Amino acid sequence: MNIKLPQLRPGQRGIVQEIQGEGLTRRRMLDLGMVPGTLVEVVRRSPLGDPVAYQIRGAVIALRKDEASYINVTTC
Amino acid sequence: MDGSDLTLLNHRNSNEEPVIALAGNPNTGKSTLFNALTGLHQHTGNWPGKTVLHSRGHYVYQGINYTVVDLPGTYSLIANSIDEEVARDFICFQKPEVTVVVADATCLERNLNLVLQIMEITSQVILAVNLMDEARRKKITIDDKELQRRLGVPVVPMEARQGVGVSELKDTIAQVIDRRIVPHPRLVRYEPDIEDAIALLEPQIIRALGDGISARWLSLRILEGNLDIVKNFLPASLIKEAV
Repeated sequence: MNIKLPQLRPGQRGIVQEIQGEGLTRRRMLDLGMVPGTLVEVVRRSPLGDPVAYQIRGAVIALRKDEASYINVTTC
Repeated sequence: MDGSDLTLLNHRNSNEEPVIALAGNPNTGKSTLFNALTGLHQHTGNWPGKTVLHSRGHYVYQGINYTVVDLPGTYSLIANSIDEEVARDFICFQKPEVTVVVADATCLERNLNLVLQIMEITSQVILAVNLMDEARRKKITIDDKELQRRLGVPVVPMEARQGVGVSELKDTIAQVIDRRIVPHPRLVRYEPDIEDAIALLEPQIIRALGDGISARWLSLRILEGNLDIVKNFLPASLIKEAV
């Protein structure tokens, strides 16, 4: 199922399909390791639900909802 | 930064002691390595932006005095943030004799993005693969010889917290500086249309700026449309032409 990254719940995993957006926003996601094919796991949400900690290629990275919304994943 | 600043920054007396830059992703033990090299017990910690203002230290190896500069931890040098800008400007303009990229052995793959970017800016690169002890604990083995062969730059496995690999790193730095080791970074080859565009831009950049700055790296930034970076370097006329 193709969804946006913030729709994943803690413990769920997804495979990055596409990074939307352009320029520096897109580049930043790529630099963090979010390239198509990457396995992403939701580690936990902060108390207020934003940001969310993701396990990406061996590191835990916190992303805000507006940043993570650029990333389309399929659940797995 | 305008042209006059550029000249100022580019000018450094060759008699001065060699400058070593430490670059790397956040949380790779860069500041720990800095302390291990320089003997400083500077506070290290784990929060973003810790090293925005880079710290300097010194060490002596085989009678030569080296200056070490600890750059902010970054995932990239595209300058999304002030940290990246500081690190990028230092490597581009201050031209350290050697840039040591510190990588985390437990998640090496994600660190290689920065390694490849820095190799596009300068060939004077050493990769320090740190946290080898933690990698062993996680049953990760790193073939440092193969990594060195594939990257074309010296690779030094390290456990900086325990001081393991520090003298090997100092020795490798000395050898790169006096050209006993000459790194030949294997650069990323992009798709043919991108390589064609680079081939068009490169000679013009060299004509405008000389060989002080990697023309390939600047070409790529122009092609990305990242004109904020580019206008720090290039005369406006050339940018217009490239666009």
